[in-house]
This record gives sequence, structure tokens and C-alpha cells, in this order.
Amino acid sequence: MNEMAAAPKLLPWAPERTGEGTAPPPYGPGGGGEAPRPGRGRRLLLPLRLAWRQLRAERARLFSALAGVMFACVLVFMQLGFRAALFESATSLLSAMRAELFLMHPLTTASFRPEPLPRARAFQTLALPEVAQAVPVYMAQVSWRNPETGARRMIQLVGFDMEAGAMRFPGLEAVAEALKRPDTVAFDIRSRPEFGDVAGLLARAGGAPLKVEAGNREVEVVGLVEIGASFGADGNMITNEVNFRRLVPQRRASNTDLVALRLVPGADPRAVQARLREILPRDVVVLTHEELVAHERRYWEEATPIGFIFGFGSAMGLIVGMVIVYQILFSDIAAHLREYATLKAMGYSDGYLARVVMGAALILAGLGFVPGAALSAALYELVGAATYLPLGMTPGRAVLVFGLIFAMCAAAGLLAVRKLRDANPADMF
Amino acid sequence: MREEPPVLLRGVSYAYGEGALRRPVLRAVDLTVGPGEIVLLTGPSGSGKTTLLTLIGALRAMQEGSAVVLGQELNGAGEARRMALRRRIGFIFQHHNLLGFLTARQNVAMALELDPALDERARLGRAGAMLEAVGLGGHADHVPAQLSGGQRQRVAVARALAGSPGLVLADEPTAALDRASGGEVVRLLRDLARSRGVPILMVTHDPRILDIADRIVAMEDGRIVEAPAGAAAD
Repeated sequence: MNEMAAAPKLLPWAPERTGEGTAPPPYGPGGGGEAPRPGRGRRLLLPLRLAWRQLRAERARLFSALAGVMFACVLVFMQLGFRAALFESATSLLSAMRAELFLMHPLTTASFRPEPLPRARAFQTLALPEVAQAVPVYMAQVSWRNPETGARRMIQLVGFDMEAGAMRFPGLEAVAEALKRPDTVAFDIRSRPEFGDVAGLLARAGGAPLKVEAGNREVEVVGLVEIGASFGADGNMITNEVNFRRLVPQRRASNTDLVALRLVPGADPRAVQARLREILPRDVVVLTHEELVAHERRYWEEATPIGFIFGFGSAMGLIVGMVIVYQILFSDIAAHLREYATLKAMGYSDGYLARVVMGAALILAGLGFVPGAALSAALYELVGAATYLPLGMTPGRAVLVFGLIFAMCAAAGLLAVRKLRDANPADMF
Repeated sequence: MREEPPVLLRGVSYAYGEGALRRPVLRAVDLTVGPGEIVLLTGPSGSGKTTLLTLIGALRAMQEGSAVVLGQELNGAGEARRMALRRRIGFIFQHHNLLGFLTARQNVAMALELDPALDERARLGRAGAMLEAVGLGGHADHVPAQLSGGQRQRVAVARALAGSPGLVLADEPTAALDRASGGEVVRLLRDLARSRGVPILMVTHDPRILDIADRIVAMEDGRIVEAPAGAAAD
């Protein structure tokens, strides 16, 4: 209290120093009615700074809030990542096809369960000079006996003319010649491990033919390709048209499942598509490559609960994150009600204090997202390596998740702002 | 310019509750605070002093009567007008109500952030000078938790005066303080206000500080009663 005694003598405001006399205060906002309009920068930056100072003051509370945002962030990233990876793997076979246009039966819902279409349609398309090649593709699920354990499992068999070049998988060229032999197949190395360690057996066979049982027939595995397992097919093997018919004898030779059309260089796929729709009967639809992939993807998104499940998982993560952020903001307001009421008494508006709360919410969004995204990227690597799913951070998804986290924190802020009503300066006296 | 009194109340009545529960707390109060005048408002609990203070401070909407504060008629004034008026009033509460996460200087500067004419340097400069004036120049960068009760209330005084208010309203500013520091705070407030010509209206129960007043107004049962004998100011 000793510094008190000298204080009155040191008044910097003393009238004799400032020359103000007892004149009314020279500064101070407004002479009467309306408050002056502050600039946009100070309207946003000053509340944001106050929010940051308040958050910074309580480290434990800040870190638990950030952990909540990070948790939501990682959860949403993983859900959306799995969703994208599963859709991508579901369309991996169709994505590997190299043709401009495709014929498909209108009732085919997904490639693993095709409706057959008349094979004659393939050759009818050759009436157009723009169509260079029409390649029938046959697809069926056949049983496969694990060469190590003997366990049976359904595998997707894809048959097509190796020389047409309508498909491009890694490894296809090396086995194309061998696949011309009777009863030969190439095995998809990215099939699920339950089909047996075919790659290992092939290596150990050292050139000797590797015989396996597929579709109740003995076939020889002549090589390996890379396609990838999907929802519809746990594994794949490819073969030529004739071998396909041997393995699936019940199928009529006049039917096929998909026709890949390769056009002459320079032809406009859209124009050819329109022309084909005119000349072909209604038992086929003509799709471009993108349309074919989109059709398959739509099946998985809409006709299965997969899209919903991951969307639901993301929503749960966002709700949990929102509740955590809301709790933190709410308790921050509740702990400072008296101070907030004092600010209101000093002339701060409800809007200003609401901007402080929203500023805190958005700071939490930003600070939680960065480590959350980094952690998610690391988890993508880890989980992708373990599950063979094509997981990876994409800029589009990062932007989307940031938007979701931002919206989550803003919603939590809006909920917490209601608590400000309790900061009533009239109750302070 | 300063002809008209900073506070001029005529026939101010106020009641809480509705209908059968209606409980009047102010009955036709007339009160004037002149320029630079220091007025103490005393009276038993429930006499309506605090309600009167919140009405003058534009913290509460008026019901009946006329209250002109710093030239602004408060009867019928909306929230925006009352908010603008509050910016020209310095408030000192029973508790210091400083923001715990801000330093003393930043707390005082909060009173200036609503003034768009000042930039950050000017705000901190004025806040620092104001802290010097209350004898806390050396504590400007301390947070409230590092200050004593009396020091915190002095920061609150600095905050109330930093915005160069036209009126200071104080509600039992010494209630939470011991005798010595309470007396220092109100005398400091009086000296600062007097040197700047700012009138003070202070609600207090504290008999130890009655001597700072120019005038003492006693309230009872919602009415102003005569000033207690012998309490006249110097």
C-alpha cells in the first residue's frame, strides 16, 4: 500500500498537467445517441484476440478441447477415407478397362452380378466405321479351392480376348501368351489371403505347372496380375474367352456380360454413343468409361448401406466433437459470467461477446484440425498397409473435413452463445 | 455545457414482478447529482439503492418517471441507446470483476477497445498511465491473481476512469476490502474524479468512508429520505 500514498501527487490526468481543467472528457465514444461504427478489422480481430487470450490462460482446458476436435477430425477422416477406399476398390476392375464405350444390359446393377446381353450386339456395333474393335467381356463367380488347405471360396472370373488390349492390368502382358493355352488362368495377387499363397506356390514351383481347382475343373495358374479385391469379389482371376466357357459351361455362348468398344483414333465417343443408341435395340445401354464406373459406384453408394454407414460414422464423430467443444466453451462462459457482465456494463454489445465465443470456437477448429489431419495421414499409411485398401490423404477430402470441423465448432459456438444471456449486468450490483 | 446536471431523476418508480406478485422497490424518486459532485447513497438492504443505481447506469429499462443521465433521457431508450450511454459511464463493482487471463494493463485497456479513435499503442499507453495514476505502475504486467485485493480494486478504478467517463457509478467498492485498503481505494477514486471533474454516485454501507462525500442521500423503502444529520460533507 505504500505506492498508494504517492499516487495522487503523480496524476498524469491532473488538470494542471493536461490543461483539460474540468472540461468534459475529450475522448470517449459518441456524444449521445448512436455508438460509432468500428471498422471491420477491429470488430473481428479484437474479439478473436480476447478469445485467444482466454483459451491460452487455461492450458488444461485448451488441450482437452483440442483433443476433442482432433478426435472428431481423425474419426471423420478415417470414415471418409474408408468410404472412398472401398468405393475405389469396388470399381477397380472396371477402372482397369481401356475402352471408350461399353455395352451393358440395362438391368445389370453391379459388375459382379451381371445380366447377360446378346453377344451379337458386340458385332452389330462394328457397323459404325468409328468402332475399331468390340471385345466381349465375360464375368462370373466360380468356386476356387485353396491349393494349400482345400477350402472353397467364390472368386470372380473374368474372361476376354487377350489380344484385343481392352484391359490393362499390371502383369497382363507377361501372361497374355500363356493364357492362350487351354485351362489356364492368371491369379490376382491382390486377392484376399484366404485364397491361398498362390504367389508363393508359383515361385516355389519354379517353372513346373501349378495346378489348382476352379469351377470344378483343374486349371493351371500361369501367372499373376494385379487388380484388387473389392466388396463384390474377394479375389479375381482372368482367362480367355474359350477357357471361360470351359470353366462356366452352363453359360450360353451367345451371351456375354459386358462389351468393351475401342474406337478408331480421333473418333468422338459422345457422338458414337448417340449413334449406337439409335441403332441398337433396347436390350443394351451404351455407356462411356466414366459412366460405367459411376454406375458401379452408385450401386455401392445407394443400393448398399455402405455409404450410409460411413456417413453415419462421420456424423457421430462430429456430434461427439461438437459436444466436447460446446462443453469447453460453455464452462468458459459460466466461469466468467461476472466478467462478461462487467464487459456488458462497460458498453460491450451482446454481438461483441458472441464474436468472442465464436472466435474461440474457430480457433479450436483451426488448432485441432492441423494435428488431426497430420495424425490421420499417418493412420492412412498404417491402416492402408494393413488392409490393402487404397487409403490416402487427398486435398479435396482435407478441405471437406476442415469445412465439417469448422461447421462443428461453429455449431458448438452458437449453442454456447446462448449462455451469454445469463451475463446480465443488472444483476451485478 | 455543464450547466445541466449529469444525473437528473424525476418521479422514478420501479417494481419487480407482475400482477399480484408486483413488488414496488422505488417510489417516485427525485435525485440530482451536480457536475463534479460526489454523492453517497446509503440505506438499509432492500431500500432500492441498487435498483436506482442500475437504472441510472442504463443497465435496466425504465418503467416510470424521467431519468436524464449525461443528457440522455432513459425512459423509452432502447438497448442500443443504453449501451452507448454505458460507454460513457465508469462502473466499479463490489468485486473487482477483472478478467483473470489479462494483465492489469490489458484489463484497463479493455475500457478503451470500444473507442475506434485509439489504436493498440494508444490504448496500452493510456492504460499504463492510468495504472500509474492509481499507484500500480510497477504492476501493469501482473495478472489479477498476483495482486492483493486492494490492488485489484485499484485496477478496477483505473479501468472505470480510463475511458474518461462523464459519470462514475460505484456499488459498495469497499465491501470486499479491509479498512485500510478500502479507505485508500475510495480516496484515490475521489481524488482522481475530482481532479477531472467527474461526478460519482456511490452506494455504500461503509461508515468509514462517508467523509469523502459532498452529499449523502439516504434511502428507505424505495424513497429518498432526509440526509442523516451530521453527515453533511465538507
